[in-house]
Amino acid sequence: MTAGHLVLPGTRGRRLVDAIARHRVAAAVAGLLVLPWVMPYQALAVNVLVYGLYAVGFNLLYGYTGLLSFGHAAFFGAGAYGCGIAISRFGVPWPPALIIGTAFAGALGAVIGGLAIRTRGIYFAMVTLALAQCVYAIFYQWVSLTGGENGLRGVNAGRLLLFGWQLDLIDPTTKYYVVLVFVALALWLVSRVLDSPFGAVLEAVRENETRARACGYDVRATKFLSFVLSALVCGLAGSLMAIHLSVVPIDTLNYTTSGLVVMMTLLGGMGTFFGPFIGAGFFVVVEDVTTLYTDHWQLVVGTIFMVFVLFFPRGIWGVILQWLRP
Amino acid sequence: MTGEVILAAEHVGKRFGRFVALNDVSIGFRRGRLTSVIGPNGAGKTTFFNIVSGALAPSEGRIRFDGNDITGLAQHHFARLGIAKSFQITNVFPWLTVLENVRVAVQALHARFDIWRPRARHRDLTERAAHLLDLVGLHGQRERQAANLAHGEQRSLEIAMALACEPKLLLLDEPTAGMSPEETKSMVALILRLAAKRTVVLVEHKMKLVMGISDHIVVLHHGELLAQGSPDEIRANPEVRLVYLGQAAA
Ligand SMILES: Nc1ncnc2c1ncn2[C@@H]1O[C@H](COP(=O)(O)OP(=O)(O)O)[C@@H](O)[C@H]1O
Ligand SMILES: [Mg+2]
Repeated sequence: MTAGHLVLPGTRGRRLVDAIARHRVAAAVAGLLVLPWVMPYQALAVNVLVYGLYAVGFNLLYGYTGLLSFGHAAFFGAGAYGCGIAISRFGVPWPPALIIGTAFAGALGAVIGGLAIRTRGIYFAMVTLALAQCVYAIFYQWVSLTGGENGLRGVNAGRLLLFGWQLDLIDPTTKYYVVLVFVALALWLVSRVLDSPFGAVLEAVRENETRARACGYDVRATKFLSFVLSALVCGLAGSLMAIHLSVVPIDTLNYTTSGLVVMMTLLGGMGTFFGPFIGAGFFVVVEDVTTLYTDHWQLVVGTIFMVFVLFFPRGIWGVILQWLRP
Repeated sequence: MTGEVILAAEHVGKRFGRFVALNDVSIGFRRGRLTSVIGPNGAGKTTFFNIVSGALAPSEGRIRFDGNDITGLAQHHFARLGIAKSFQITNVFPWLTVLENVRVAVQALHARFDIWRPRARHRDLTERAAHLLDLVGLHGQRERQAANLAHGEQRSLEIAMALACEPKLLLLDEPTAGMSPEETKSMVALILRLAAKRTVVLVEHKMKLVMGISDHIVVLHHGELLAQGSPDEIRANPEVRLVYLGQAAA
């Protein structure tokens, strides 16, 4: 492949990659711990966390199970609205609100997933897209609950007294590290699942459904479980997003949000542990930097995306891996 | 008990649209025997295997395994019952390693529900997979991606994966297809070793091979059961001779 022409660092690179792979959650958290200090400002770092987790959830379904959904905005949005409505309309404190948002996304995942896994390939993508649009329509129309077109306002997480320790989410640094705790926890859970025998079944289904079935695996049940897990992770990301922004824009549910996560995952490297996070981080930063100079940031991001898809189909992390471990 | 019928197809028919691929086929496979299914291309052998292994539901008739009616059972239950098939066209997990291919297959029987404990801690599964790879002669290829194996090696991997569910009934669909004479020889030796411990049903084109190793032979022709019997009986059967015109003497 194209990246193979670079200078090869040899065995040291290989050992580094192996060490990172072995302690991948620790490595990811270590990187994220310092992220706010290398970012232009901290709100941007929180965006990386949130979209990174969103992409990780999507990648569970796409990269590991081989199912391309075009409707994942529904789960990101369901998490955001579920958590946001709990806080703003019912005065629920933010920790249980996070659980509500996540659970709501998981339940929606069970419904949409249960229908979508009956189809395959492009039909699967279209069914997820269509059902996600239905979700969008419902939230758009239900103004009294969701704020409709104007989005949901007043999602104020505010202060929380935790074991005698004041947690003030208004403070950007505190907010970042609180969000990081949840992201780290989710990464650890995802990593455990991917490492488990069930993780192996996901890959088997991705590689060859017929053979997986012949081996004795219930392919449909596997896809369903993968879909719900993916929706839960994306729902947590959405819930964190609601707390982060204090509002939930209706665009959270828009199909562009579904497309965004496909691009982030492909750009970073699908089917890898770090790829989605790297892709999300790259997207967030490039968008932020280019909007300073031009209104056409989508053109810039789009061009970069095309270059990668055409010349580095394994994505940023794939290229790095290939370079370190030829 | 050796000799009793382990799997019975009763009046099995299969239609694809208006095309009749199998018509009223009744066969019993006896425990501990090596039965071969022969017949010209398009006779319906692969279709028959697909029905017996649960990949296709029959249009008519029933399948009994160990006396239980398993017709229409979801396919993933077949491997768990102990019916495994190696595919005529190699059908593995191409981008997983050879070891992981077999390990996943082994896991289906033992750790299907584990979503938490790391794979690496299921040592027994890896050991069993490695053992199966030794058995089929792929010991040195464990870490390679299945897609990069030579054709003959992929055929062996197929068999290791089929063995992973500890089958009572092993169905082999043309395991020697496309193999060199040497590869065929070692494959035959492997089949005989496998047949010593379990019931094997073999679809094969190479008549000499079939005649030499089978306890029982079933002949399919145009989706119908043409004849069955011992190799000698099949060799002497005039109808079979007619179908194989000239080949039968081989
Ligand atoms: N899925 C299918 N749809 C339509 N026709 C099929 C299908 N599978 C097999 N057939 C037809 O059934 C016949 C028997 O095929 P097959 O069982 O593969 O024969 P064999 O393995 O004996 O060579 C062939 O004529 C084939 O074209
Ligand atoms: Mg065939």
